[in-house]
Amino acid sequence: MPADGHLERLKREGRIVVVGASLAGLRAAETLREEGFAGTLTMVGDEPYEPYDRPPLSKGVLLSRTTADHTALPRRRNLDADWRLGIAATGLDMAAKRVRLADGEEIEYDRLLIATGVRARPWPHEREAELDGVFVLRTRDDATALQKRLADGPRRVFVIGAGFTGSEIASACREREISVTVAERGAAPLVGALGGVVGEVAAQLQRENGVDLRTGVMVTGLEGDSAGRVRSAHLSDGSSVETDVVVVSLGATRNTEWLAGSGLGAGPRGIACDAGCRAFDIRGIVTDDIFVAGDVARSPHPLFGYQFLSLEHWGNAVSQAETAAHNMLCESVDRRPHMWVPAFWSSQFGVNIKSVGVPSMGTEILISQGSLAERRFVGVYGYQDRVIGAVTFDQARWLPFYEHLIETTAPFPPPFPTVDRRPEGARPVPADFPDPSVPTHGPTVTLSGYSPADRRMTFTPGRH
Amino acid sequence: MTQGSLLRQILEYENRHDPYPLYAELRKTPVLNDGDGAYVVSTYHEILSLLHDPRVSSDARNMTRAAGPDLQQQEEETALPPSFIRLDPPEHDRLRRMTNTSFGPPHEPRRVHEMRGELGGIVSDLIAGIGSTDRIDLVEEFSYPFPVTVICRLLGVPREDESRFHGWADTLAASLDPMPGEDATERNKIAQKARTELGMYLAGLIEERRRNPQEDMLSELATLKGPDGSMTTMELLSTAALLLIAGHETTVNLITNGMLTLLRNPDVLRRLREDPGLSVPLVEELLRFEPPVQLVPNRTTLADIEIAGVTIPKGASLWLVVAAGNRDPLRFKDPDRFDPDREDIEHLGFGSGVHSCFGAPLARQEAQIALSELARRLVNPRLLEDPPEYRRNAVLRGPRHLPIACDDIMP
Repeated sequence: MPADGHLERLKREGRIVVVGASLAGLRAAETLREEGFAGTLTMVGDEPYEPYDRPPLSKGVLLSRTTADHTALPRRRNLDADWRLGIAATGLDMAAKRVRLADGEEIEYDRLLIATGVRARPWPHEREAELDGVFVLRTRDDATALQKRLADGPRRVFVIGAGFTGSEIASACREREISVTVAERGAAPLVGALGGVVGEVAAQLQRENGVDLRTGVMVTGLEGDSAGRVRSAHLSDGSSVETDVVVVSLGATRNTEWLAGSGLGAGPRGIACDAGCRAFDIRGIVTDDIFVAGDVARSPHPLFGYQFLSLEHWGNAVSQAETAAHNMLCESVDRRPHMWVPAFWSSQFGVNIKSVGVPSMGTEILISQGSLAERRFVGVYGYQDRVIGAVTFDQARWLPFYEHLIETTAPFPPPFPTVDRRPEGARPVPADFPDPSVPTHGPTVTLSGYSPADRRMTFTPGRH
Repeated sequence: MTQGSLLRQILEYENRHDPYPLYAELRKTPVLNDGDGAYVVSTYHEILSLLHDPRVSSDARNMTRAAGPDLQQQEEETALPPSFIRLDPPEHDRLRRMTNTSFGPPHEPRRVHEMRGELGGIVSDLIAGIGSTDRIDLVEEFSYPFPVTVICRLLGVPREDESRFHGWADTLAASLDPMPGEDATERNKIAQKARTELGMYLAGLIEERRRNPQEDMLSELATLKGPDGSMTTMELLSTAALLLIAGHETTVNLITNGMLTLLRNPDVLRRLREDPGLSVPLVEELLRFEPPVQLVPNRTTLADIEIAGVTIPKGASLWLVVAAGNRDPLRFKDPDRFDPDREDIEHLGFGSGVHSCFGAPLARQEAQIALSELARRLVNPRLLEDPPEYRRNAVLRGPRHLPIACDDIMP
């Protein structure tokens, strides 16, 4: 029998299970079919909805320009899949090659793709989190509920955490002319992802747009009335804010609990996989039949010293899913590495923010084009004399150039003039990232060392 | 054949009808310094990267080295400030942003879309005005007058002045397309006169619109007061002239090249007749296959740039041959085939980066409507000359005349 006989049989009549029916799961499934997989395909998702797109949830949906049920992801092709929606996966038996579902069913697989993503980190104080009017924003249901509440015209919305999601929520509130207070533990919004220099611009944007921005403070407690409705938030500086709505935007938690005890290298930082998207087991040995993609994956990146990198980025989910699906169906010599350069975008207060690379690794920043004061600029981040990341405010068309600098480990500061160089672009300044040991809202890019079995990360909520 | 002669051959008029074999030769040296001074870039990825490179300037004042062979289309000295196509950020961005407030999203997301009915009406009138079906010059009778009329309506030129506007546009277009043996001094004088008259006409119209604003673009630009301030009359004049010239010649060629390509591919023409929706992917493929702007000859370098193993020195003249990049086999499968079903179609027909074509949404819509209507209404159309006679211009390349015949014209 030829060496590829096994693969041919897998493609013809194999069983593939995809756990996670969001962007990465869907794109992987489509790629599997595109690459000739004709066997049984099972899609498991804990939400009752077919795959939908999340970026609009914090933008168009909150503005009531669209509704959350209009966010279904476009399909590239007919999948002919067996959908298990609304049923979470609860366990994995690696030896028996079975996934256990919440309804007790067990599904056997020849190849498994894990794309369970992340969920919103809830308010750590459970009783306060259950108060009426306290929201998180991650899912369709979250967005529908929050949109309804905003449409009711609350007197004030209180946002905890000024990361990208929190800032976009604040932006939507202001666009709806709702009063909004944002509390951020760091010195400025977006500071964990983009540093203090750019964070200061984000802070000005918020304040100019009428946001009551409180930085350097923690929320110590939420208080409800006798009917269980949230009424106020208490801050570490002793102040408190009356509010009808609280949105908790403290970043995300990886959905890996269902893998506890399975022997897979899964933990709070995600599931470790190799550059080919194959999952590591807890001994640090790579598996042959379990693959990972999307927000839940942490994979070594050659551009960043082969450290494990976790990315909560739309484009990464698509690219990694396609690579994982390809690699699930081919011989080892035909496998491709996942080498996506991190990139994300955000839209807030009328400004388009885009970034490539890993700004949060940067120690210095150079405003190479445009000006911070005009809120239109390109910021280049340097780390150990090389270009490591870039961010643009309303200047996204230049980003491919800076992406190339990152890919080619170009020297920092870039030793050449550009169009639109201002006096402030004469020399780099410290990028002013907060001490990474002090968690804020959490950057959307995390480097997490070299160990595939890393389990050290813990989150410290504000002191009560 | 020396390398230097390759660029000269591309500029030779006798090769105008089919420069593509020469472009294939050109691509063998992705960045060619031909001895005339210009650095000629002809491969897709290199062109795309230079279009996004902030070390590349569109401001002629930064060019310190030889500009390359004469393209015979230098703009005449005028008293107007440079339009945004010739500027770098931040001046470029400011003027383009202000112009866009009256043309596209977020301020005017429906402007182009809402012109559909009007475009269809202009197309119908032009087709109704076609004389003998035995010999139609598609350029004279259709693709030439169409975009000028559209620009007039967009800017808000009153109907009764449209014919004067057409006259100036004709003269300016001819000045971009000199005939051999023509007296250059005389031609320049005529063009200068047309430019002055057009400028004075527009200045008058701007004054009138400031006093009495209408719904049109000129009124909106004349009365604009936004975060970027207002446009001076001089800035507005040079922007209006840019919209007229850049939006005219290019669209003429897009439509004419389109009909020529369709008549050479009767199967596609038949499909378009049955399915006007095909015009959308078809126009994209056309922008790849026969782009109206063949090369971008006016960029320069602010620093030494190393690309494809060549160091382009600071201050050099860059020629980005987008039409060659559009047929780069390293980027497009089977690039010399016209295939409206092509899925991977990120062409360079509208450029890319901050200077990407401002009028692209309008040009797309004009070409889609024009080609689908011509396909629907001309019965059994056929080419009378192939190849047709081309204009001299190597940059804005297209037929001067396109003689066709048809059996009848459908209502």
